[in-house]
Amino acid sequence: MATETPYQILGVKPAATADEIRKAYRKLAKQLHPDLNPGKPEAEARFKSVSAAYDLLSDPDKRARYDRGEIDETGAERPRYSYRPHAEGAEGWRYQPQGEMDLSDLEDLFAAYGSAGRGRRGSAGAGFEGFRARGPDRSFTMTVDFADAAKGDKKRLSLSPDEWLDVTIPAGIEDGQVLRLRGKGSPGFGGGEAGDALIEVHVAPHPLFKRDGNDVRIELPVSLGEAVLGGRIPVPTVTGPVTMTIPKGSDTGTVLRLRGKGIQRRANPGDQYVTLMVVIGQPTDPELAEFVEKWASSHSFDPRREMPS
Amino acid sequence: MIALDELLGRVRELDRRELAQWVENRWVLPEERGGAWLFHEVDVARVELILEIRHEFAIDDEALPLVLGLLDQVYGLRRQLRRLCDALASQPSEVQEAIRRALPPTR
Repeated sequence: MATETPYQILGVKPAATADEIRKAYRKLAKQLHPDLNPGKPEAEARFKSVSAAYDLLSDPDKRARYDRGEIDETGAERPRYSYRPHAEGAEGWRYQPQGEMDLSDLEDLFAAYGSAGRGRRGSAGAGFEGFRARGPDRSFTMTVDFADAAKGDKKRLSLSPDEWLDVTIPAGIEDGQVLRLRGKGSPGFGGGEAGDALIEVHVAPHPLFKRDGNDVRIELPVSLGEAVLGGRIPVPTVTGPVTMTIPKGSDTGTVLRLRGKGIQRRANPGDQYVTLMVVIGQPTDPELAEFVEKWASSHSFDPRREMPS
Repeated sequence: MIALDELLGRVRELDRRELAQWVENRWVLPEERGGAWLFHEVDVARVELILEIRHEFAIDDEALPLVLGLLDQVYGLRRQLRRLCDALASQPSEVQEAIRRALPPTR
């Protein structure tokens, strides 16, 4: 996993000057040049990596980008994750240390920093009187189950033991969608209106249901008998289990539609698509083996005939 | 938000047992749902952060909680500072000007 850095390849320190890098490269290039090492593939490979390393480090622009981690040792762009936007984003509060002061209470803030908060009505704060301003917005995140997101729901988001928000989850909400609750943010100043609460909603993935636009897809195991002979079997849907008719002569990959059982949008609900997966169950059953042997001897079938060879 | 297997697929250097230890140490706080872990984007970024701190800066597991604790404090303060800035930005310009004048010079 640990690849050599171009500095290690050239045998110089990361703080080396351009001159030191050039000298190190010339020395190695002389030792390793393929013309001087005929029939030694390892020397040639080494020569190539030395050249590549020098290529990167001799270009001040590339070297700086490499040092900042923007490109890797081959000069390819490196996707950079960054923790900061997450830490400062709506989800960052999850790692915020406990017992952090609460800014909503200015008295706490003044106390934390020992400022004379009381003086704000005096000379310095004289401009405060008579101004109105809207309160700031507050951001929260919440997670809902797949089924609740699909059919819509009402949820209570507790902010603290004695403060909560009642949130209406609209049917079909997408993972990461932000709901705005007007006037549920921080109070305004001087009689100004309150800010809004912004709630980023996450939809938990479901082991069976997969979302496909307005539709829901699931794979449903059926027995050999159910597939061949048909039958009525229970199927889970986002609104609860329903009974579905499997037509006679179904197969793995047969897709059946349950109309209106997908995302429960009021005007135009989606459908649930059920893909059947035939499961033999007891493939070692001697009776089954005996039957299949007899059956196969008079029924030739190649399920792979259309596969590209 | 992703499940454990997807996280392990996405972050190749991550070891399942090691991650379990991190969760136990409360360095990473996945959501628990139906007996399984769910990782938010912030958790994925934190896993990458821990790997980076350990491998690239050679911080060992003894010192790591200290580093994470300090980082969490810094980000906590930055979040609070941002809230304060948002509140200031929503003030009338006269108030903003008064606050600017009342700020003592930094040196």
